[in-house]
Amino acid sequence: MSTAVNTKKLTIVQAITDALKEMLEEDESVLVLGEDVGKNGGVFRATDGLYDLFGDDRVIDTPLAESGLIGSSIGLAMNGFRPVVEIQFLGFIYPGFNQLITHATRIRTRTQSRYTVPLTIRAPYGSGVRAPEIHSDSTEALFTHIPGLKVVIPSNPYDAKGLLISSIKDPDPVLFLEPMRIYRAGKEDVPSESYSIPLGKASRKRTGDDVSIFAWGAMVRVAEKAAEEASENGIECDVIDLRTLYPLDKEVIAESVQRTGRAIIVHEAPSTGGVSNDVMEIINDTSFLYMRAPIKKVTGYDTPVPLFTLEDDYAPDSKKIYRAIEEVTRF
Amino acid sequence: MDMNEKFPIVQLLSGDGRRTGAVCEHVTIERAKLFYEHMVFSRLFDQKAVNLQRQGRIGTYAPFEGQEASQIGSALAMEDGDWMFPTYRDHAATAAFGHSLKNIFLYWKGCIEGCVPPEGKHIFPPSVPIASQILHATGTAWAEQKKGSDRVSLVYFGDGATSEGDFHEGLNFASVFNIPVVFFNQNNGYAISVPLERQMKTKTIAQKSLAYDIPGVRVDGNDVFAVYDETMKAINRARNGNGPTLIEAVTWRYGAHTTTDEPSKYRDQAESKRRRESDDPITRLERFLEIEGAWDSSWAEQVNEEAEQKLNEAVIEMEKTVKSDEALMFDHVFGTDVWPVQEQKHRFFYEGSEKG
Repeated sequence: MSTAVNTKKLTIVQAITDALKEMLEEDESVLVLGEDVGKNGGVFRATDGLYDLFGDDRVIDTPLAESGLIGSSIGLAMNGFRPVVEIQFLGFIYPGFNQLITHATRIRTRTQSRYTVPLTIRAPYGSGVRAPEIHSDSTEALFTHIPGLKVVIPSNPYDAKGLLISSIKDPDPVLFLEPMRIYRAGKEDVPSESYSIPLGKASRKRTGDDVSIFAWGAMVRVAEKAAEEASENGIECDVIDLRTLYPLDKEVIAESVQRTGRAIIVHEAPSTGGVSNDVMEIINDTSFLYMRAPIKKVTGYDTPVPLFTLEDDYAPDSKKIYRAIEEVTRF
Repeated sequence: MDMNEKFPIVQLLSGDGRRTGAVCEHVTIERAKLFYEHMVFSRLFDQKAVNLQRQGRIGTYAPFEGQEASQIGSALAMEDGDWMFPTYRDHAATAAFGHSLKNIFLYWKGCIEGCVPPEGKHIFPPSVPIASQILHATGTAWAEQKKGSDRVSLVYFGDGATSEGDFHEGLNFASVFNIPVVFFNQNNGYAISVPLERQMKTKTIAQKSLAYDIPGVRVDGNDVFAVYDETMKAINRARNGNGPTLIEAVTWRYGAHTTTDEPSKYRDQAESKRRRESDDPITRLERFLEIEGAWDSSWAEQVNEEAEQKLNEAVIEMEKTVKSDEALMFDHVFGTDVWPVQEQKHRFFYEGSEKG
């Protein structure tokens, strides 16, 4: 980062607040809606202070009804506004799923772009904070399967701000998932002004020529930790933070595996039907003859996310990833 | 309290076409003729569509015959700039509000172009997921409120829709934020085969407004004047900042839910026959004009002929489109280039195997 840029030290959740503030200032059509997003500043304080700055007309506490919230925001979006909806936890979005899959994502196609839905839905997701039942879901693959929807997941404060700004400016619906386990994991320098990071572009976190590891959200740091251990044993990993799960960054995935010939995909979601399978499809289509070992997946299990005494057993950790690194290099 | 008494059915013309005695400035010969033209046209449209389906020229179709007064009376109370959200059974309303006939037919022919309203007209494509459109009407009207305009939304839905969560969430949001939206229910007695008494224990649908502290009104859905007048009142309340209204128009569909269904399996169709004789919305208007001394059979003949001609022209236009342009499948999924869609489109068109 250039020294000429003014920066501030922010956590992921603070960077999200900062992005919302920038967008509310920059564009009068931006609205923030959700349960407890007003005076309370959101259950994770992601909208902290925005109600005082922008008022009840633009930072709106709504009734407790996810379908109502998403459905009425579709109407706002079709008629000139850019709503940013907060769903308190990804596991609470399901009552609004119908509005997302039958309307928000189809209105552009159905009306041949006469009406469009520039709607951003933000939701914390994933396990790792000892939360009650249903609060720890990582069901991103339910959403990447919906035509017409982009799915974005940041893993650090800088990306969180830039990707959220791009999501709000995007002309179509975006589901922006926030890894709550690392919401406050540490502060990083984040530019004070507005900036955007293009959707659909991955980010290389570490360079290596032996194994490619693909991850997103809270799993990026876990993958980096495993890569550090591998490096101590002479195995160098290319760690890629995919950042956008739809559309995936095909070029970066292909370039990386064509160099390493080995791939591991990490996610905390269940294995079957996971986004990992789409990464495998890209590798298959672009790089089949470059591969020196079968692709490995390190994922959660095909079980409901367990209550929290077992959540550390459920999600991938650096040991499980390290084992996969050993397996693909020994093959 | 007896809800039938609290929410009496508002009627301006009785079934035999006589004025009920209620005073209403809207009951005029001129307006009766205008309504008549639209309702005759709508019925012929509906019959044409059923015939086209039988001949395999369009796909499955959802007929509305019997519900013309509910749809025409409400649609003609709306103005340009207002937003209309129909179900799949509301083509009398969308046509009266200015939708392209060719496009209405194209929709049922399986062509996405049919979903697009004429420039400047806010008519949403028919909503298939029951009650879900109630929230879009609420949201677009909320946007009008935020812009400080006096435009409103009107949304159609059936009796079955009132069992859905989106109905209650929409009424609640509109009530809490005082949103300028008219919730127009057509209670035709059946949700496909399930009768009203299995749908709800309440005696009326209008009474559900009490839970949201908004005005609720029950109107004879086969009395076009009453529908028009009550819709006008609700729209004016919304325009003037007085929030949403729930209207229950009590009506009857003579025929099937769609062309794939046989109503005699779940109800006595003698009831449809009886209602057609005693309570038909078009016959009622003819009787009114006769009683008022304004019936002119050569005018009525002309209305029928002109409607037939307009419909035939629309069918000719519709049939010029054999199928949608394949590119339309890919070109409006996103407003930006998204590679999986672009790549799949390319594969479809240029790599031979997928397009013959």
